[in-house]
Amino acid sequence: MEPLALYTHWPFCLAKCPYCDFNSHVRERIDQARFARTLRAELAWEAARLGRRRLNSIFFGGGTPSLMEPGTVAALIEDARRLFDPVPDIEITLEANPTSVEVSRLAALRHAGVNRVSLGVQSLDPAALAMLGRQHSAAQALAALEAARALFPRISFDLIYARPGQAAAAWRAELRQALGLVADHLSLYQLTIEPGTVFEGLHRRGEIALPDPDLAAALYEATGEEAVRFGLLGYEVSNYARPGAESRHNLAYWRYGDYAGIGPGAHGRITVNSALLATRRHRAPEPWAERVERVGHGSTHEAPVPPADRAREMLLMGMRLSEGIDEARFAARTGVVLDEALDPDVLRQAIGEGYVTRGDGRLTVTQAGRLRLDPLIAALVV
Amino acid sequence: MTDTPIDHIRNFSIIAHIDHGKSTLADRLIQATGALTDREMTNQVLDNMELERERGITIKAQTVRLAYRARNGEMYELNLMDTPGHVDFAYEVSRSLAACEGSLLVVDASQGVEAQTLANVYHAIEAGHEIVPVLNKIDLPAAEPERVKQQIEDVIGLDTSDAVEISAKTGLNIEGVLEALVHRLPPPQGDADAPLKALLVDSWYDQYLGVVILVRVKDGRLRRGQKIRMMSTGAVHVVEQVGVFSPKMIATDDLSPGEIGYITAAIKTVADCNVGDTITDDRTPAAEALPGFKPSVPVVWCGLYPVDADDFEKLRESLGKLRLNDASFHYEPETSAALGFGFRCGFLGLLHLEIIQERLSREFALELIATAPSVVYRLYRTNGETQELHNPADMPDGSVIDHIEEPWIRATILVPDDYLGAVLTLCNERRGEQADLTYVGNRAMAVYRLPLNEVVFDFYDRLKSVSRGYASFDYQMDGYTESDLVRISILVNGDPVDALSFIAHRSAAESRGRAICARLKDLIPRQLFKIAIQAAIGGRVVARETIGALSKDVTAKCYGGDISRKRKLLEKQKEGKKRMRQFGKVDIPQSAFLAALKMDG
Repeated sequence: MEPLALYTHWPFCLAKCPYCDFNSHVRERIDQARFARTLRAELAWEAARLGRRRLNSIFFGGGTPSLMEPGTVAALIEDARRLFDPVPDIEITLEANPTSVEVSRLAALRHAGVNRVSLGVQSLDPAALAMLGRQHSAAQALAALEAARALFPRISFDLIYARPGQAAAAWRAELRQALGLVADHLSLYQLTIEPGTVFEGLHRRGEIALPDPDLAAALYEATGEEAVRFGLLGYEVSNYARPGAESRHNLAYWRYGDYAGIGPGAHGRITVNSALLATRRHRAPEPWAERVERVGHGSTHEAPVPPADRAREMLLMGMRLSEGIDEARFAARTGVVLDEALDPDVLRQAIGEGYVTRGDGRLTVTQAGRLRLDPLIAALVV
Repeated sequence: MTDTPIDHIRNFSIIAHIDHGKSTLADRLIQATGALTDREMTNQVLDNMELERERGITIKAQTVRLAYRARNGEMYELNLMDTPGHVDFAYEVSRSLAACEGSLLVVDASQGVEAQTLANVYHAIEAGHEIVPVLNKIDLPAAEPERVKQQIEDVIGLDTSDAVEISAKTGLNIEGVLEALVHRLPPPQGDADAPLKALLVDSWYDQYLGVVILVRVKDGRLRRGQKIRMMSTGAVHVVEQVGVFSPKMIATDDLSPGEIGYITAAIKTVADCNVGDTITDDRTPAAEALPGFKPSVPVVWCGLYPVDADDFEKLRESLGKLRLNDASFHYEPETSAALGFGFRCGFLGLLHLEIIQERLSREFALELIATAPSVVYRLYRTNGETQELHNPADMPDGSVIDHIEEPWIRATILVPDDYLGAVLTLCNERRGEQADLTYVGNRAMAVYRLPLNEVVFDFYDRLKSVSRGYASFDYQMDGYTESDLVRISILVNGDPVDALSFIAHRSAAESRGRAICARLKDLIPRQLFKIAIQAAIGGRVVARETIGALSKDVTAKCYGGDISRKRKLLEKQKEGKKRMRQFGKVDIPQSAFLAALKMDG
């Protein structure tokens, strides 16, 4: 039986960031007790059908899960440990922002059982933080990292680069400073204009411009170079870690493992009665909670994923990883032989061009291929 | 209805450059003779037709009968023939003119003579017309009647001492025009007792009446119930209705010599009615047809393909519907390796091509790819066979070609002196041969012989741009001449894209090949793999461009919640791709394709 990764979504933020299209909502007052109750209820409901599965990781994402009462986090972790079979070194990650309120809770969260924290630093440049609409300063970010380092065995933080007007030299300097802050893991995202965000409007009106593809490629390559100098390897398109410090939870997505998602808008891929099920929860927090209160869960979509879709999904995710895709696992997990899922002409050309390699039972995307992954997937995947 | 004696009939057309006031004058004439009431005038007549023509919908002749009591107290029947004004329809215009004895030459007194006016005046002179110069917009402060009269005398050689000065807009001196028609134009000639000879001027499809034929009776009488014969085809029909346009259709019993009117005869398509044909009586036919009949022959061809392959049948139907009312364009199915199923279509000229394309997209909501327009070449094989060639893809191997001839035109260009140099350079670049260069005041009139295939490639656009819009242009066909022509193939990643191949003179072939490769390099976005674009003549590559692989395109964030969304996006992309045209695994976007074909010299 596939081991399990458990995702819990906290849908609230203090403010909506102008670049973010995640399922996050701003409320004047949050009924903490109600969401604690309903999250726990949904976890129990999900566990009932999953059985006492081996549990590899728990991830609290959002939204801003560091705004959850630490007691809720503790209760959910306790429930999960009881309902499933946690591995001894289970990874329990929580996303946090470097605001003072949240930092003040870090100790309690550690006490609740969180052993890895992922901080939304986004930039170490004050002007960039303002541009990105963040609620914290660069100094607060550094203080938060300091506090986290004292409390948690594993730390990751996020940065956004390829920002409007950002030159390669400036980014290298900022990144070096970040890499010096001895986290074992970094998520380094190039700024993307997402539909429905404030940035999309600005972009459409020409008020912000992203770097052209040549500069974006140079920035990406610079990122990999700098990270490696500090011992961090790019193991996924935007994720860099010391060997062994990769996010185990996120690897479950990219390796197309089983993951259960609870909370508003959470998605899941879970094996139930040997069928792979896609699950999705109601996106809006209050209707989701109401549903849970009424019927025990907030699921609005539950459907088996047919083999062809499984193959596409596993390729979409697995090609993001530098380790590539294990062909035997691909066949077992999707029911489709890898060669049947790929266009042979494109594969030949892609190998010739040095975008992918094949050998030792794996399909691997090279750095050159990863730079062009979207069109590569679009052409290669049938 | 035939109570007007033949010597009281005047048939005339109006020759004018666009905007020089033809439709306004026509309206005034209709109004002054009471053909329509004032209330009907507001939403009627030639202005509407003009608008339709401007939108490219009507390319048909129109006519209206006017009853005018002249100053001498006698009633006259004046038939105004309104003709399509563009060079592409030169033959149609010539037939309309053949139905009249005279023309009004309307010139804007503030502008002067334009190339289009000139061409039509020459047609009218060839038709033996008496021409009455009319200076319009005489009320404008910028009007220079004396200068314009001098220009008409210099350029056309018409005596302008009796030119009628009017303002169609204010109605000034409209009577002067009517009097000139009565007294200066000759009456038609004809023998009512001779066998019937009627000129088929034009025809169009009416959904209630079937085909309506516009005729001018030369000899004999055309009656309801008469069995008529088309002399070019021998086809026989029974006349159902005879009538005149007032401009509303009014049925009459017959039409007698000199008269212009219409007939209907249960004819299903205009393809059965050849413009310029002679209609005669089936029982007592005329011994010979009227002179000047020519079957309509397309001079410009291109391939039309639906963007969405599923629209092929719809395209076939739409072409069929258009042909119902326009027999001058031709179409036949053809297949392209690059573009799939489509039609090879022949047109009277570039404007005609644009009109049909525009109607297909506007009236039938069809998205089309048009291949580069080609003229009709005459190919002489070494084995003595000759062949007409209008698709570069059909050009055989060089070894079997003895020689090729290409069609030439005689172009007349009027341009202000300041831009003459640029215009002459353009004509020379297009292999033009100067035939004449004269001055008309501060404007030059250049007459050039040009190969037609140099004109179908964006010549109008270039002419407009080098003259800042001041040059006017007209042309007529001027025979075939042997020429050193080659086919240039365009290859994408080594695969020839047949729809992009074209024929050009050897001297220009390499530079054209380089130009189109460079153009495609700009038009085709960077893709996953690098793309080679080549131009080849025979087996020899003469130009090459490489489009590098795109440098970066990867989604930054992708986690558990994104899997379904990303997969659906991928599936949508795949679906969209199926409908795109791929050439050697390269997506050539629609816009790139169209722009590449609009080749610049």
